[in-house]
Amino acid sequence: MSAYKFIDHKFDVVVVGAGGSGLRAALGCAQAGLKTACVTKVFPTRSHTVAAQGGISASLGNMSPDDWRWHMYDTVKGSDWLGDQDAIEYLARNAPAAVYELEHWGVPFTRTAEGKIYQRAFGGMTKNYGDGPIQRTCAAADRTGHAMLHTMYGQSLAHDTEFFIEYFALDLIMDDGVCRGVTAWKLDDGTLHRFQAQTVILATGGYGRAYFSATSAHTCTGDGNAMALRAGLPLQDMEFVQFHPTGIYGAGCLITEGARGEGGYLTNSEGERFMERYAPSVKDLAPRDMVSRAMTLEIREGRGVGPNKDHIFLHLDHLDPKMLHERLPGISETAKVFAGVDVTKAPIPVLPTVHYNMGGIPTNYHGEVVTRAGDNPDSVIPGLMAVGEAACVSVHGANRLGSNSLTDLVVFGRAAALRCAEVLKPGATQPELKDSQTQPHLDRFDRFRNANGAQTTAALRLEMQKAMQEDAAVFRTGESLESGAKRLEAVWAKKADIKVSDRGLVWNTDLMETLEFDNLIGQAVVTVAGAVNRTESRGAHAREDFGDRNDTEWMKHTLAWLDVGTGKVKIDYRPVHSYTMSDDIAYIPPKARVY
Amino acid sequence: MVELTLPKNSQVKAGKHWPAPAGATKVKTFKIYRYDPEAGGNPRWDTYDVDMEAVGPMVLDALLYIKNTIDPTLAFRRSCREGVCGSCSMNIGGRNTLACTHGWAEVPGKAVQIAPLPHAPVVKDLIPDLTLFYAQYASVEPWLHTDTPEPQTEWKQSPEDRLKLDGLYECILCACCSTSCPSYWWNGDKYLGPAALLHAYRWLIDSRDEATGDRLDQLEDPFKLYRCHTIMNCAQVCPKGLNPAKAIAEIKKMMVERVV
Repeated sequence: MSAYKFIDHKFDVVVVGAGGSGLRAALGCAQAGLKTACVTKVFPTRSHTVAAQGGISASLGNMSPDDWRWHMYDTVKGSDWLGDQDAIEYLARNAPAAVYELEHWGVPFTRTAEGKIYQRAFGGMTKNYGDGPIQRTCAAADRTGHAMLHTMYGQSLAHDTEFFIEYFALDLIMDDGVCRGVTAWKLDDGTLHRFQAQTVILATGGYGRAYFSATSAHTCTGDGNAMALRAGLPLQDMEFVQFHPTGIYGAGCLITEGARGEGGYLTNSEGERFMERYAPSVKDLAPRDMVSRAMTLEIREGRGVGPNKDHIFLHLDHLDPKMLHERLPGISETAKVFAGVDVTKAPIPVLPTVHYNMGGIPTNYHGEVVTRAGDNPDSVIPGLMAVGEAACVSVHGANRLGSNSLTDLVVFGRAAALRCAEVLKPGATQPELKDSQTQPHLDRFDRFRNANGAQTTAALRLEMQKAMQEDAAVFRTGESLESGAKRLEAVWAKKADIKVSDRGLVWNTDLMETLEFDNLIGQAVVTVAGAVNRTESRGAHAREDFGDRNDTEWMKHTLAWLDVGTGKVKIDYRPVHSYTMSDDIAYIPPKARVY
Repeated sequence: MVELTLPKNSQVKAGKHWPAPAGATKVKTFKIYRYDPEAGGNPRWDTYDVDMEAVGPMVLDALLYIKNTIDPTLAFRRSCREGVCGSCSMNIGGRNTLACTHGWAEVPGKAVQIAPLPHAPVVKDLIPDLTLFYAQYASVEPWLHTDTPEPQTEWKQSPEDRLKLDGLYECILCACCSTSCPSYWWNGDKYLGPAALLHAYRWLIDSRDEATGDRLDQLEDPFKLYRCHTIMNCAQVCPKGLNPAKAIAEIKKMMVERVV
């Protein structure tokens, strides 16, 4: 093989990813006086946080009285009791301060008449422990993620974070169970880089592109999750994949849940507002897993709309056009461009679409990556943290509530930075890296770069995406999942015969997509393995052959390790934390999840 | 030294032709700028006759189809595919726009011609180097400046004051505007260009910001601001329907108002 040479960098902290959580973590580390790098495969404002629409949840109480305990209760119930309640308490308690911080940095939130941050209703967000909907989701029109991400990037420019933009992260540098850094490929000149750090923070987002139809960006390939798998670490709760009820039929583009928060509703072919049957108290504002299942059942029972009766209508045409213009301008434009619909006059054709990964790299609420080591289910991996969608803290459990994701990004991005400030000493000596630690990274890179088989990356990727779409959908059965596992095995086998056409090193997007595909397939495999294994229905994981939640057997997190040589998965578990963070609130015991 | 023709090594030569598969009925021709820095040589126009039967409506759908099924070596940036991330800005049919929200059927002429954003160094194929563009954005200090101690909760802002940010904060930094501006082509090293100035105005007009004077001082320069000659290409091409020229005019008004 040709000789590759690394360019070396040494930092206290290296953050991989520059979306909401990565920027927040990097900013916090820089503020704490740690020499911080942020390595990202896209320019920061192109990260997928930019596409978040509806808002960020926090119990500010700007519209009516609110309490972080109510927010916590809703999140626990939304998670179908798979969330860790200590972490959920941390999230709900710290959310208001996180939103005020964003506002102080300049996020252009929509305002109330008194000049406060405007908050809208969102699915599963209720007052007084389930007593009807509440307006808790802080919004900048329907471009909240865009407003946040641009503001946070601006704020980063005011601090000392060093950005390494359009560097594609390859692998974690592991040294006997300790993370020492990360390797990356610089796209614009083809050089390879070794970033040494006391701590690496993975903020690499989700892997929605494992599916055929997703609201996720093309770049959502879960690179950090895959790096963790290759480093011999497990991923947690990967069987929980969120389908957003309202992706545009065909194009898959997101229409925010805020559309229903502002009064929109779903109808079937009979013009019926069917959510009234499925969730009598909150109706169209039920959590996403329930709405997606309801829509799927309506279509399955022959009440879908359109010539093939295969989708559902989202109505906004009864709402005040002025309000739509002011609060939902982005989705009005998206509906026009991608569905040809004027939302003031006609309903939007929608379908449940893959949107978010509740699963990811297991961490505690400081962002430290944990694994099971013998009897210790919370054993910390030194030198490695994860935040944002890549992480599984777990605050979202089996189903994330809408608008809790943006909160997660900034609350835990900040938490990770606080932890780094607490445990790291700026400029502390770091051990010499050894070539043996990074040789496998180079071998993998070179193998794909020169791959000259018969299967194009695009064809294999499509085969994987179709398998996931058809066999690991809103509803699953043992049979569909076994079929999915077999189909993925076939794709995995063909990976040895992959073909890359571009042999260059500068902006070789053929190679980058191949490395991303290799990242995706590993995550797809553990997702389906976890889903086959979990013989119950909980949150987003709906098994038709095991229709009920089974707390006796399954009140536990799945841990899945991947043998990257064979594609075989090993499964173990971590207990769900049955305690809160403080004495200010008691553990919320599981009960039936009815809305 | 003024250079009125392209240097020899930048002249675009005829490239490879990729014919449509036999039996294709719905064929559209795409003429795409190719440049490979590692191979050396001049840039070229490759021509792809694409069977559009299975291709989605947008130019990005066509580019992805070409990359996935015809020529995996074609390089371009893309991410969100819904017009919010600003990655896939390029020159399509002679006009700067986003490939993901621009329909290929809307492009005038027989062939759809696709080139990188004009007047930015080309790294590879449709990928320009936007380093200068980003540096200019950073130079307007795009963050809230305040001296007053921060309140416990949010800074208050009336709905009317908030409304002033509409038409500004939505910018996605795609660079369609700046790279379509002849004045920016000519003085891009010194003139900040429409995108950076739109952002400058976004912070100048934010009722919470307390650095108006400093921000105007920073722009008080023969080149940074005043090289806008209201050519209006920026407003013509903005894929988000924003009007940077108007924002620039508002800054000029603020400059005058603070003197009189």
